[in-house]
Amino acid sequence: MSGWLRPRIEAFFVEVGRFFVLLWRVFAWTPRPPYDFRQLGTQMVRIGVDSVPVVLLTALFTGGVMALQTFATLKRFNAEGYVGSLVAISMVRELAPVLSALILAGRCGSAMGAELGTMRVTEQIDALEVLATDPVHYLMVPRAWAATLMLPALVILANGIGIAGGYVVSVGLFGANPVTYMANTFQFMDWNDVSSGLVKSAVFGLLIAIVGCQKGFYTTGGAEGVGRSTTRAVVLASITILVSDFFLTKLLY
Amino acid sequence: MTAKPVQIRLRGVAKSFGGKRVLAGLDLDVHEGESLVVIGGSGTGKSVLLKHMIGLLAPDAGTVEVDGVRLADLDYREITIFRRRFGMAFQEGALFDSMTVWENVAFPLRRAGWPRERIAARVAECLELVHLEGAEKKLPAQLSGGMRRRAGFARAIALTPKILLFDEPTTGLDPVIKAVIDGVIVDLRRSLGSTTVTISHDMKSTFRIADRIGMLHEGRIIAIGTPEEIRACPDGRVQQFIEGRADGPLSD
Ligand SMILES: Nc1ncnc2c1ncn2[C@@H]1O[C@H](COP(=O)(O)OP(=O)(O)OP(=O)(O)O)[C@@H](O)[C@H]1O
Ligand SMILES: [Mg+2]
Repeated sequence: MSGWLRPRIEAFFVEVGRFFVLLWRVFAWTPRPPYDFRQLGTQMVRIGVDSVPVVLLTALFTGGVMALQTFATLKRFNAEGYVGSLVAISMVRELAPVLSALILAGRCGSAMGAELGTMRVTEQIDALEVLATDPVHYLMVPRAWAATLMLPALVILANGIGIAGGYVVSVGLFGANPVTYMANTFQFMDWNDVSSGLVKSAVFGLLIAIVGCQKGFYTTGGAEGVGRSTTRAVVLASITILVSDFFLTKLLY
Repeated sequence: MTAKPVQIRLRGVAKSFGGKRVLAGLDLDVHEGESLVVIGGSGTGKSVLLKHMIGLLAPDAGTVEVDGVRLADLDYREITIFRRRFGMAFQEGALFDSMTVWENVAFPLRRAGWPRERIAARVAECLELVHLEGAEKKLPAQLSGGMRRRAGFARAIALTPKILLFDEPTTGLDPVIKAVIDGVIVDLRRSLGSTTVTISHDMKSTFRIADRIGMLHEGRIIAIGTPEEIRACPDGRVQQFIEGRADGPLSD
């Protein structure tokens, strides 16, 4: 039993240790020149702009499904007037941040794992070090900040589109009154609902980047190793998002 | 030669990978301004040795000192700055595959904050040295193995660092280009006083560029000396290697 368990527990703590070391180094390198705004821009486009279609599509249908589900349920209590509030608050507080983060983990966490992993096994990361460039500074700092900035931006879009999805279903399908529906949407929502969602998503963005880069950075074993790192980057980033979501929600409420 | 101060000093350097011993308490001094060539069979740990000199690998035991500084004493930020005195060409080139050849060679210059015109001039000069004019816009994936190696070489020398480490810079190149690269290495030492450590399999190249030759075998430097001394070395393993014979003490 202990023969099976011990190496796994040790490996777990090694991973956690690496995570915090990399996180610390990203912060430590950030204020130091040279500042690579070109890399930051490239990463913001790749992480943010390129993720817009899939995030919007997901938000639209999630908002729609939320309306479908809650309309039927609330009707039993004659409370279908509250569908707008429910959809909006669920979207901004929980669904938009978490779903967008999971999409980003799949799209970008994996890409970071694959990219850095390939660079590791082809000695490009060694080459960076030899050229007096810290790989954390050059590769991870722009990715981490791009993800931290772009995920909240995506979530703002997702919030809007998700609410629109709920509106389309409620008004178009169930014949709710457009004016009262919209009024109801914003009636109970306050700034804290939106901001807590955005804070959460910024943290998720950072987590995705660090976990993705970490998996890539510590890749061993050629092409197969890169494949493994890519998969693990997605799995680990997703788990980290879901677990940290619980604690962040607890903290931010 | 030996009067010159020691630039790289390795003492008792040992390194194992997963129980497999690669370096076994190796001692080696590289003097300022000399051209040392390390020879040795495939898989004996020559690349591993080179990576220890620049701190890419840390020894399990023993010390590596460069200019009197123990690499193990530097933290990650200090070593990044410390490496500015080095240039290294990797065995497989290790070019950044998202960048063109031009951008690869320009990379160290850009990071060092050179102005644009000087970068352009220096990149052109380096690419000319290794006969890669015309390949500036190509991506590494579009190059042959030998071209990649030469581009990596050009990138390593771009900043004319004091210490240059070359991991088999001429393996797999045609004899003419080989002679050209050897000439560049000799020139770097003569005109700029750079210290160079070159790994080579090729005895002709080795004798062309070396001030001293060291042979790595079973994790140790078993013989080191001037080309004449190595030619006259009584050790049968050294003789077998430099003569390239199939039978002898190395094959047993
Ligand atoms: N990162 C590593 N992880 C595990 N083993 C390694 C690593 N690097 C090198 N080795 C092992 O160390 C030994 C020496 O490798 P090295 O690349 O230094 O050989 P070499 O002398 O440069 O050979 P060649 O002339 O073929 O390039 C090999 O057995 C190799 O398997
Ligand atoms: Mg080698």
